Amino acid sequence: MIETIQKFAPLLWENTLVTLGMVGASTLFAYLLGLPMGVLLRVTDRGGIMENHAFNSAFGWVVNILRSLPFIILMISISPFTRLLVGKAIGPVAACVPLVIGAAPFVARLVETSLAEIDTGMIEAAKCMGATNWQIISKVMVRESVPSLIRGLSISTITILGYSAMAGAIGGGGLGDVAIRYGQHRFEPKVMLLTIILLVIIVCVIQIVFDRLSTRLDKRNR
Amino acid sequence: MIEISHLTKKFNDKSGEVTALHDVNLSIGRGDVFGIIGMSGAGKSTLLRCLSTLETPTSGTVTLDGVNLHTLSGNDLIQMRRRMGVVFQGYNLLMQRTVRQNVAFPLSLAGGDPAETARRTSELLELVGLSAKADSYPSQLSGGQKQRVAIARALSTSPEVLLCDEPTSALDSLTTKSVLELLRDINRKLNVTIVIITHEIAVVKAICNKVAVIDASEFVEWGDTQEIFAAPKSRMTRQLLGYEVMNDD
Ligand SMILES: Nc1ncnc2c1ncn2[C@@H]1O[C@H](COP(=O)(O)OP(=O)(O)OP(=O)(O)O)[C@@H](O)[C@H]1O
Ligand SMILES: [Mg+2]
Repeated sequence: MIETIQKFAPLLWENTLVTLGMVGASTLFAYLLGLPMGVLLRVTDRGGIMENHAFNSAFGWVVNILRSLPFIILMISISPFTRLLVGKAIGPVAACVPLVIGAAPFVARLVETSLAEIDTGMIEAAKCMGATNWQIISKVMVRESVPSLIRGLSISTITILGYSAMAGAIGGGGLGDVAIRYGQHRFEPKVMLLTIILLVIIVCVIQIVFDRLSTRLDKRNR
Repeated sequence: MIEISHLTKKFNDKSGEVTALHDVNLSIGRGDVFGIIGMSGAGKSTLLRCLSTLETPTSGTVTLDGVNLHTLSGNDLIQMRRRMGVVFQGYNLLMQRTVRQNVAFPLSLAGGDPAETARRTSELLELVGLSAKADSYPSQLSGGQKQRVAIARALSTSPEVLLCDEPTSALDSLTTKSVLELLRDINRKLNVTIVIITHEIAVVKAICNKVAVIDASEFVEWGDTQEIFAAPKSRMTRQLLGYEVMNDD
């Protein structure tokens, strides 16, 4: 085992960085898309500050359809679009495109759920103080649900990590790629085991860091 | 200053139409501490929500200095809302912000000068006796303290009217007394008109110069507190005063 570790350490380290980079960038862009989507879903919902039934159900359908596509299918079917956007359909950078598109609707639903936890009384109070809709969204809804949004962030980052391993399997690079190439094709079960251990460690770290952060930031805890 | 005329509010519920207010008329003068008292479900909160523009009447009008509240929109509506402070039964404080930030919130929404906002905030915290708690979070306060923060916050834009929905119903009797004294001070010192919704006759007796009794979505009696309580005409008022036993037909 020690031997295997020594032999594959540089490869594993390099691909851990690739995975972290891919997951980090995809999570960032998934939130740039998903956060406004989640806000839209919430404010147009029944009882929301910009209630709009027609828009809400149409948009809700789009989000649900995107969410129900299996990630592998999504990745393959949008590869022409990916090539158009980043110039190629293979490699870690290209993998970010389907990762973002696959994760954004998921993020949108998580954000929507976090925002829905906000007490309507708080929003009405802000209205009475003369807040505009934009101020209610930014200074009350999003601001007050930061702890919950961070817990959601931990869930979505871990989900994207899972997707990225799948992306690796079809040429996306990163730890998933290593697992398939060495573990499967070259039959090195120890390498497979090592990548799994690394993935488990990454998941645990993400979970612990974000949960601690969320608890620390939540001023409802005395 | 506030005129309510022929105000009717109906809700469409799953179980059908509910009339929360039926043809209500009332006039509230500048400087009044006006109590609105009634049993649970009588329509008190609905009335206050119509006054604070959170609810649109089904018919009838509410005017403040002659301006019909429910014809306003956009910036005019926002400006009008700043002329009225609202204190909610459940406090509705922002839980992720400090006491100071909560009190400053309405002013920061209006985009006021930060130094002036800070000065006004300290002044209000002093008024409600919470200067020492300025940097605490609402979760670290007692119910009475939270209500004081809510009152300070409602006063920050220097409103002419303070609308309070059951401001003391979650508080014990001693805390109730101190919150009511604070409201009376505000009425006298700052010359703010106060409308208080309550189901407790003691609250009306303690600070209201005017009272209206609401029963099953209609006003049954209104006028000077002393006159009304000295010679209650309606059955509901007598019940609230405890002269009659409930359910006694
Ligand atoms: N949004 C709503 N939808 C449907 N019915 C409503 C709504 N708001 C109030 N009602 C109904 O209107 C009536 C009056 O309610 P309101 O909340 O004004 O009573 P209240 O006098 O404030 O009572 P309480 O002392 O219990 O707070 C009740 O029958 C209530 O069920
Ligand atoms: Mg009520």
